[in-house]
Amino acid sequence: MSATLEQVKVTVETAKELGLLPEEFEKIKEILGRTPNFTELSIYSVMWSEHCSYKNSIVWLKKLPKDGPHMLAKAGEENAGLVDIGDGLACAFKIESHNHPSALEPYQGAATGVGGINRDIFTMGARPIAQLNSLRFGNLKSDRTKWLIKGVVKGIGDYGNAFGVPTVGGEVFFDDCYNTNPLVNAMSAGIVKVGETVSAISYGEGNPVFIVGSATGKDGIHGAAFASKDITEDSANDLPAVQVGDPFQEKLLLEATLEVIKTGAVVGMQDMGAAGIACSTSEMSAKGKHGMIIHLDKVPARQEGMKPYEFLLSESQERMLIVVKKGREEEVKKVFEKWDLNCSQIGEVTKSDRLKFYMHGQLVADVPAASLVLGGGAPVYHREYTEPAYFAETKKFNINQVKEPIDLKEVAKFLLAHPNIASKKWVYEQYDSMVGTVNMSTNFPSDAALINIKGTNKAIALTIDCNSRYIHADPETGCAIAVAEAARNIVCSGGLPSAITNCLNFGNPYNPEVYWQFVGAIKGMGKACTKFKTPVTGGNVSFYNQSSSVGKAGGNVSNAVFPTPTIGMLGILPNKKSATTLAFKNAGDKIYLIGERVEDINCSEYLYSYHGVKLSPAPYFDLDKEYDMQQILIKVIEKGLIQSAHDVSEGGVFIALAEAAMPNKLGFDILTDSEIRQDAFLFGESQGRVIVSVSKKHDDAFVDMMVKSKIPFIVLGEVTKKGKFVIDDETYMTVEEATNIYDNALEKLITE
Amino acid sequence: MRFGVVTFPGSNCDHDMIYVLRTIMGQEVESLWHKDKDLKGCDFIVLPGGFSYGDYLRSGAIARFSPIMEKVIEHANKGGYVMGICNGFQILCESGLLPGALLHNNNQRFICKNVFIKAASKDALVTKHIPKNEVLKIPIAHGEGRYYTDEKTIKQLKENNQILFHYCDEQGNVTKESNPNGSLENIAGVCNSGKNVFGMMPHPERAADEVLNNTDGKLIFESILNIINV
Repeated sequence: MSATLEQVKVTVETAKELGLLPEEFEKIKEILGRTPNFTELSIYSVMWSEHCSYKNSIVWLKKLPKDGPHMLAKAGEENAGLVDIGDGLACAFKIESHNHPSALEPYQGAATGVGGINRDIFTMGARPIAQLNSLRFGNLKSDRTKWLIKGVVKGIGDYGNAFGVPTVGGEVFFDDCYNTNPLVNAMSAGIVKVGETVSAISYGEGNPVFIVGSATGKDGIHGAAFASKDITEDSANDLPAVQVGDPFQEKLLLEATLEVIKTGAVVGMQDMGAAGIACSTSEMSAKGKHGMIIHLDKVPARQEGMKPYEFLLSESQERMLIVVKKGREEEVKKVFEKWDLNCSQIGEVTKSDRLKFYMHGQLVADVPAASLVLGGGAPVYHREYTEPAYFAETKKFNINQVKEPIDLKEVAKFLLAHPNIASKKWVYEQYDSMVGTVNMSTNFPSDAALINIKGTNKAIALTIDCNSRYIHADPETGCAIAVAEAARNIVCSGGLPSAITNCLNFGNPYNPEVYWQFVGAIKGMGKACTKFKTPVTGGNVSFYNQSSSVGKAGGNVSNAVFPTPTIGMLGILPNKKSATTLAFKNAGDKIYLIGERVEDINCSEYLYSYHGVKLSPAPYFDLDKEYDMQQILIKVIEKGLIQSAHDVSEGGVFIALAEAAMPNKLGFDILTDSEIRQDAFLFGESQGRVIVSVSKKHDDAFVDMMVKSKIPFIVLGEVTKKGKFVIDDETYMTVEEATNIYDNALEKLITE
Repeated sequence: MRFGVVTFPGSNCDHDMIYVLRTIMGQEVESLWHKDKDLKGCDFIVLPGGFSYGDYLRSGAIARFSPIMEKVIEHANKGGYVMGICNGFQILCESGLLPGALLHNNNQRFICKNVFIKAASKDALVTKHIPKNEVLKIPIAHGEGRYYTDEKTIKQLKENNQILFHYCDEQGNVTKESNPNGSLENIAGVCNSGKNVFGMMPHPERAADEVLNNTDGKLIFESILNIINV
């Protein structure tokens, strides 16, 4: 059979050029029983890249909790996790990175990230109903950062807006560590009827295989392998590895895909993202334990003269691979014709376990499907890890090393204007947040985005969280905080935390200090997810987010971005009446702080940016106490005892109060705790705290319930009408002044 | 009375419009497909928001040539009701059913946020039953929404009471600051001289469901229905 294969000589040098290790080349030869040809080697190089195989991370990912009472599809089983939300409905949701393309071509990089994550959702048969994103950039004083943020935001907007799914939430964070490597993580959530999902699977000898959607071009070739490299000065040469997106095609593909599923003629379907046809054919075949014959010349092409490996590796966007029940081809073709999309049969399912790719009748690659994929033949590595020196340094910080500033008003204004805290209005107003008429948070601001599930009593809550500075300071505690904060946001909004998806952005895994950060983060995430009963439904790993390092084993942990394991969490509101806003509602309502009070400024924006102390431990955090605090909050919300709830996070109590006061142009009058330094009380970021407001009518019942719960809480003061922010009898500013600073700071920094 | 909501490839507010008309307003609604060659007996045609045919050339520029638009234009010319929201407004301007054009927002960015508008006259079906000086909070979401026309036309629009809505502030003052996109004279919506074709950039269908905590847009649908159902 292999006698007809093209005989271009490949050597270990070719393998190295494609990003494979010499031992991986040996393994491929062993699997095939011969030396691979160039096309085959290309397939292995992308399928065994970190992006597709998770070879350097899977050992640890497997330790994360996967089981939950509502899980319908667990991590790794499908393109996205699937959670039962009741009423016969399920929510498919996932987050994915598009960091490397966005670093080179921010507009297309970010746009295709949005396209890719939505395809992961609708390829399962779920209609996407909400999108979120998490963006990280370097110093805003640099022109490159301004260029990146403008391009990324426009890319996400142009793609997501045209696609017609609202962008309902997200985060934007700035730090010098992201100067070279910005992070662009996109998340999507969709709804599907239980039992009407489609699997990424192929079986049934003789069933035809179709490619649908856009034609295939040379864009994005070796994109997956590119995403598995450090960014260097030469990265611009990889520009063809960045794909180009067409949201109009994606919108048509969405409607056609959901329509074709209804015909019942589909066996299995997978979208084409990283590693294109090579990846979809091998993953679907391996899962269904069948093989395929594919004629690459039958793939609609954008240009002439494309080579077999180019067809196989192209990451042209807006395409799907569909295996159809034999005899029902016409039903499928009719749907795609209606939507004016390509729909071409390119091969069929075979009984063997091999993928055979032909070009004009000539066999060009012949590989066992299972040998390519995670859980099959793809390599699995245990990487070594060592504690970096900086970790011990963080422990040396003591609050007494920092003098309390005389003018705390100035600090308050500094923080309100800090890009990590100030309103992200400049960003989110460029996204259509209301299409679909399900976003309940537009006129009712809440910590997590609340999404109405039409036709039911339910809503879902979605949030995306990660303070990477905490994770850098202490990966294990920091990542547990990220999960806890996500849960806190869901609970504050009236929801019950249900499950998470994660996007693990780290430096070079071959660097033991980077890998130590990765291992710590996974441990912390596992602990917190177990505590909150929020299983990990899947996600994505993005390594190599660092500037040039010497070879694979080289580099320095300080060249890497902060370890950034972004947590996307889904929560459920069984009754949408429990929806809770973060905004103060009425003057005269009492303001309470729930949770432990600790004199702690560790890792706060205040310490890091105002005082310039770059190394300190993660903020105070106690997982059990946090969990207990959230449980009582769920109860007081259920009983309808509070008017608003807002979690204390970046910027501390002061910023939480200001954010609660601004939406309805109210003020507050509060007293700080005399036992704690005033700066620590106002600006410290110790975890497990929430600010709530309570009307006079419910005050007794609220206090009664809190006292019985034994969860610490204090009354801070009350909501006031005139819009002054008064702390310890001193007026800090008016709500107009605060809003003016908070709303305009980011735009000023970006456009000046 | 039957409403017909047209779906062009790339329309993305068609489902929202159908939901509001059918589920919230309790009306009979027919989905119309861009390749359709008849209006299925509908009396009131709605062109919803979105990015018809991708809008890569100029918003609404291609949609006007679709088979359904031939029928919509015929319907309008016979005095039938047609309303375009956002991309629908752009399509109506491109097809000549409404005067003027919608240019790129003056900040050159897509803008999605709540804005305030108020009815400019009570002459047209969509504004007739909106209380005088009532300020409506309605969202916008567009990159090309800056209304523009020549001086002569603007004069005619005023003389014939063809301006439907102005952008204003929360108190109802029509100011430069309350103009989100640089539209000429804060114009947010207009109608034709026959007062049977309406276009507006803000999305009333996004402000019609109680669960979203803003039902100001319902007033526009109620205004339409009060007349029609009489």
